[in-house]
Amino acid sequence: MAKYAAPGQPDSVVTFRDRYDHFIGGEYVPPAKGQYFANPTPVTGEDFTEIARGTAEDVERALDAAHGAARAWGRTSVADRANVLNKIADRIEANLEKLAVAETWENGKAVRETLAADLPLAVDHFRYFAGAIRAQEGGISQIDEDLIAYHFHEPLGVVGQIIPWNFPILMAVWKLAPALAAGNAVVLKPAEQTPASIHVLMELIADLLPPGVVNIVNGFGVEAGKPLASSRRVAKVAFTGETTTGRLIMQYASENIIPVTLELGGKSPNVFFADVAAQRDAFYDKALEGFTMFALNQGEVCTCPSRALVQDDIYDSFMADAVERTKAIKQGHPLDTETMIGAQASNDQLEKILSYIDIGKQEGARVLTGGDRADLGGELSGGYYVNPTIFEGDNKMRVFQEEIFGPVVSVARFSDYDDALKTANDTLYGLGAGVWSRDGSVAYRAGRDIQAGRVWVNNYHAYPAHAAFGGYKQSGIGRENHRMMLDHYQQTKNLLVSYSQNALGFF
Amino acid sequence: MPRVDLTPEAADVLRGLRADHGELMFHQSGGCCDGSAPMCYPLGEFRTGGSDVHLGDLSVDEFVVPVWMSAAQFEYWSHTHLTIDVVPGRGSGFSLEAPLGVRFLVRSRLLTDEEL
Repeated sequence: MAKYAAPGQPDSVVTFRDRYDHFIGGEYVPPAKGQYFANPTPVTGEDFTEIARGTAEDVERALDAAHGAARAWGRTSVADRANVLNKIADRIEANLEKLAVAETWENGKAVRETLAADLPLAVDHFRYFAGAIRAQEGGISQIDEDLIAYHFHEPLGVVGQIIPWNFPILMAVWKLAPALAAGNAVVLKPAEQTPASIHVLMELIADLLPPGVVNIVNGFGVEAGKPLASSRRVAKVAFTGETTTGRLIMQYASENIIPVTLELGGKSPNVFFADVAAQRDAFYDKALEGFTMFALNQGEVCTCPSRALVQDDIYDSFMADAVERTKAIKQGHPLDTETMIGAQASNDQLEKILSYIDIGKQEGARVLTGGDRADLGGELSGGYYVNPTIFEGDNKMRVFQEEIFGPVVSVARFSDYDDALKTANDTLYGLGAGVWSRDGSVAYRAGRDIQAGRVWVNNYHAYPAHAAFGGYKQSGIGRENHRMMLDHYQQTKNLLVSYSQNALGFF
Repeated sequence: MPRVDLTPEAADVLRGLRADHGELMFHQSGGCCDGSAPMCYPLGEFRTGGSDVHLGDLSVDEFVVPVWMSAAQFEYWSHTHLTIDVVPGRGSGFSLEAPLGVRFLVRSRLLTDEEL
């Protein structure tokens, strides 16, 4: 067991600055209106730094810097851009502990996860897109003997990116890596709940990027996000968040006729067919861990497997084992490497989770474990902790239909394949899903029949850069990860060239 | 039959927002991160349409604040009564109250048989 010293203590691997301004044009710039807001850690509820409160003036300044840099950056060779991305990856890797502790302190998640997942995935993401952009080719189509269509990829120019708070660094990297690889300049707004750790990263990599290629404007959605999302000076907006803001961003985009990519959450079913319990072996153990994945990142994942569907034949024994597995989750100080579940990211997030636990109980869902706030004592009493909670109920209940974004799973039974698929697809969302079966044919069919962009079969919560991620239904538009993501940051230029010497004969 | 209400604390926040931003509206969000929460906008900032349901109007002094939700989401929420409350916090989307260090929150109860 090891426990990292908290930032602010002399032996901490990371030191936050007292204040973070905007990063614009390669340097730190104070906010035009001179205002700052406090940034608390959800670990204890105490403020640990303050952040520039950006407004439209700051967004304009960042857009000026981005437009100044976009043309030259877009004309660099793909080899040069790939080299920059690879150097960024190396720099993150060399500072992995520092960034992991920074992100944990800001977000509340267990450092075990930032060390093993968030940061290594960020490293790999930059390396993946460094490779992908070099391997990308345009197209040549011979329309006829003398007429040739050339298809070139061109960057969009300047893009706006609005980042969520659940993976403050990784979600920024998901958007930055393909945008930069494709040759765009970026104005990025971090979530107001978690603005600091991206600056710890930015300070490490600033010297690798030409000034203005990446600009970060901090602030609140209404004050800084809206001017960015509604600007006539961005060629595209990428947003991860929720449905109402997603619609609002589409409305702004419609005024400017620009594309958006939206990742808007889910209510992902995790389906356990009876044959998972055919033996009490390693695979059964893996399936139980798959059930318990609802607690990963305190449930603050858009693809949280927040609905578990378990076949009647095994329901009682499987759930007994699943409850036991859930009770074994170690809750504790997020900087302790033994801790499996940390703090919810903010007070309002905690309050929202508790309000959902309340309506779940009112609707008659049965609490199998958890169901309340956790007080971990000492300095952690001021933090935002929730006991991992299992509800048993009916898919029509609100706790089965709404994204709680906490460590809460709602469990229902199913009788057969058709019943499982009917319930799995009875949701507004279609981001993620899990299917567990020893029968490859059942698993394949279920995976294809579930209306979701990512179906994990006999695994859950893996996020390799090489696998496309995105939503069906109200979970959004477009994809992240995978080479295809480059398309979301590129224009297609078609040169249609005639090599004939002769007139058509029309006029 | 009233489906929406608000707490006195939420009404106080709305008075301040009204003074700063003019007429207001709510749209209840679904989904990720800052979602499953009521978003407060200047009236008309968020365009509602045929795929939305007008849940009701909140009265604060002499002004009213309409509350909307997507029709698809309403199908799953129609058996519950919503009270808009406010808590200290930061999550926002583009909701107007976030810079004040507070966040609107929905508290729910089941509608009674008489109300349904």
